[in-house]
Amino acid sequence: MATDATEAAQGAADAAHAATEAPGMPQLDFTTFPNQVFWLVIALVVIYLILSRVALPRIAGVLADRQGSITNDIAKAEELKLKAKEAEEAYNQALADARAEAQKIIAKAKEEIQADLNDAIEKADAEIAAKSAESEKAINEIRESALESVTEVARDTTLEIVSALGHKADADAVADAVDNRLKG
Amino acid sequence: MEGDIAQLGQYIGAGLAGIGSGASAIGVGHVAGNFLSGALRNPSAAAGQTATLFIGIAFAEALGIFSFLVALLLMFAV
Amino acid sequence: MATEEHSEGAGLAFHPMDQFIVKPLFGGDTVHWYTPTNVTLWMAITVLVIFLLLVVGTRGRATIPSRVQSIAELAYGFVHKMVEDVTGKDALKYFPYIMTLFMFIVFSNFLGLLPLAFTTTSHIAVTATLALAVFLSVTILGFVKNGAAFLGLFWVSSAPLALRPILAVIELISYFVRPVSHSVRLMGNMMAGHAVIKVFAGFAAVAVISPVSVLAVTAMYGLEVLVAFIQAYVFTILTCVYLRDALHPSH
Repeated sequence: MATDATEAAQGAADAAHAATEAPGMPQLDFTTFPNQVFWLVIALVVIYLILSRVALPRIAGVLADRQGSITNDIAKAEELKLKAKEAEEAYNQALADARAEAQKIIAKAKEEIQADLNDAIEKADAEIAAKSAESEKAINEIRESALESVTEVARDTTLEIVSALGHKADADAVADAVDNRLKG
Repeated sequence: MEGDIAQLGQYIGAGLAGIGSGASAIGVGHVAGNFLSGALRNPSAAAGQTATLFIGIAFAEALGIFSFLVALLLMFAV
Repeated sequence: MATEEHSEGAGLAFHPMDQFIVKPLFGGDTVHWYTPTNVTLWMAITVLVIFLLLVVGTRGRATIPSRVQSIAELAYGFVHKMVEDVTGKDALKYFPYIMTLFMFIVFSNFLGLLPLAFTTTSHIAVTATLALAVFLSVTILGFVKNGAAFLGLFWVSSAPLALRPILAVIELISYFVRPVSHSVRLMGNMMAGHAVIKVFAGFAAVAVISPVSVLAVTAMYGLEVLVAFIQAYVFTILTCVYLRDALHPSH
């Protein structure tokens, strides 16, 4: 196969062939080695300069920045969490305070109401007492007058009865007798 | 005639060298298979050993590549 | 078989290696060391793409990244974590070098997958230069950092005393084989995938099997996308492993 190639190359007598006279594998064509090595070294140096001067510091910086901002954010979140906790505590405190205040106000209101009530009750009691005293007096009066009436009625009745029985009754005597009876 | 015999030899040699590629395939399969069976037994340790896996595969494969190279050299370069 | 000007249309014609030929960009035949070639072009495109991704893509410096910026950050984080995990925190000062290697290889591999592209990493000259650079710098770094203690890497103190010299020889050989396997692995993977795709594409000329061949090219292409990334990853992680050996030779 390779002899084929060389024969063909020689036979063709091409300028290109004669010059390169490549062996079967271009990889083993030693005439191109210095060229490849030269350009490889240049490429590597350029890549190294690009990487070490620009690319790597920049990427490292970006990564560090990101790490930093992530750490910051986490710290901030922690802080906010703490704040939220504090706020919750304050809220609870306020709630408790408000509750105590309300309790106080309720107690005060209750007291006031109680006082008012007591006052009213007292007043009402006094009124009731006055009224009942008055009515007692009225009743007593009525009773007295009734008693008087009863005595009168008794005297009259007795006088009538006595006269009906045919006696000439002395009004004073009848009155005395009725009074005695009534006194019992 | 003489060139024909030389060519014959080259081709036979290249074919024989090609066997090496298959042999290295067996080697690579062994490496990967053993890694897998180890990794299934202890999956937590597997992640740290992928580098070793690739190094092992590379070493096994390199020998197959060498034999392939010998075949190519016989075909084209000699 | 390897040259371009083959008789076209003579049945099945496979030129799987033609895509790897280094050609001068502006005509001419000879490739001097300074000639701008397709290698130059595709390396320049690689540099440009890296520049676009890592510099232009991140120009917003946004805390909430745009799509391009998050890809750039992903690449940064990927290599950074690799260096930190494999080599250790004290190796982070070598991070730009490793990042350079990774970005160059990964973009060369991906750009090489474009149709009509030239894959710079499929050339042994390129990968060997990369691997030798890693090998030499790691070795020198090891001696500078640890002095003669670096040789302890080859003297396995946990082995029985009688075995140690033998192990030392083996370790020494495997140490010097490192750049070879390091470079050939990358170059072989890249070249093999592209050549196989090209061979399958060659079968597409035959009407009967062309659907199969197109399917095969598609499947291989998917595999190659995977391989392009994995090889860049492997090259980088092996660099990290070698660097760890240089910094801490005791284990």
